[in-house]
Amino acid sequence: MSLGKEEMNSRKRRKGILARLLRALVFKRETAKIGIYGPPNAGKTTLTNRIIHTFVNEYEDIGEATAIPHETRRAVRRGGLVIDMKTKLLQNLSPNFGLKSKSKSKSRREKAKLKLDVVDTPGLATKIDFHDFMAYGLEEEEAKRRAKEATEGVIEAIKWLDDIDGVVLLMDSTEDPYTQTNIVIIGNMEARGTPIIIAANKVDLPDATPQRIINAFPQHTVISISALKGDNMAELYEEMVRRFK
Amino acid sequence: MEIKMDLISEDKINSMGSREKLRFVLDGVKSGNIVIVEGGLTSEEQMKLIELTMTEVSDDFPGIEMSGYPTKKGFLNLRRKTRLTAIGPAKTMRTIKKEKDSISAIISAI
Repeated sequence: MSLGKEEMNSRKRRKGILARLLRALVFKRETAKIGIYGPPNAGKTTLTNRIIHTFVNEYEDIGEATAIPHETRRAVRRGGLVIDMKTKLLQNLSPNFGLKSKSKSKSRREKAKLKLDVVDTPGLATKIDFHDFMAYGLEEEEAKRRAKEATEGVIEAIKWLDDIDGVVLLMDSTEDPYTQTNIVIIGNMEARGTPIIIAANKVDLPDATPQRIINAFPQHTVISISALKGDNMAELYEEMVRRFK
Repeated sequence: MEIKMDLISEDKINSMGSREKLRFVLDGVKSGNIVIVEGGLTSEEQMKLIELTMTEVSDDFPGIEMSGYPTKKGFLNLRRKTRLTAIGPAKTMRTIKKEKDSISAIISAI
């Protein structure tokens, strides 16, 4: 019986690899649906807002980012984004970007364009305790309501995984990255053959150690960023175009 | 307060269907037990367990704490071997340190 299950899982993975290969060679997507995933308070909404500010509208926010965990309790999709490295990067992003190997990277950027829908998802967690919200000054009733909505948000985030073409997994560089939710997301993406980029966020904070994230997941591309300050976003966008196109 | 630990053999867990397996684990955890699964749960099963847990979170049951070793990958990533997964009630179990081959947890009686 266990052999049968093993064989079934193996078949699913082969199917995932085959689907990925077909997508890359034959059925190239016009628009990629990219999910911003991660634990609560990793900065998912801040990153999504940053992407929209850079490539769509400086004044448009997809959601509100606060210090209270599970602020985003419904997945929000923003369609019709175009990451155009040629026009935007040189104007808006880090002034140091592009100084190294200028001619080569310039020609690469000129070709780089990605049409995408971005999905800001609720934070993934294995536990949601209403007492945690009360610690932020919420009344008990409000805390319980928020906890209930947060559980629904986690379920919604998990269900969205079926419709996602690529994942930016956001981790907080000041926290231990070796959590089970991070491992579970990565394991699921690997099994489905869905491309994944890990973004080590909050590198602007003094106690940030993105190297811990790099060491924890050496098989994956890790980009150190500050979604809040906009540090190193060019490298993330370039990697998104390369991986999700 | 006593804390019970269930060590579930790979044979027992493999004799169950996927849904049955998750129900078995969650029922054990909701009863206050720490459930350690030999051979472990796959990433897909762990994701489904999180989903199932979220449907049952209440004032008395805030959820689970889960820890496990990453899967070992085989040739061309086609065969992956899960190793061990420990699941406990979030109220009493807290993972404090986790590395590639060791997990430290605090279990508190409340």
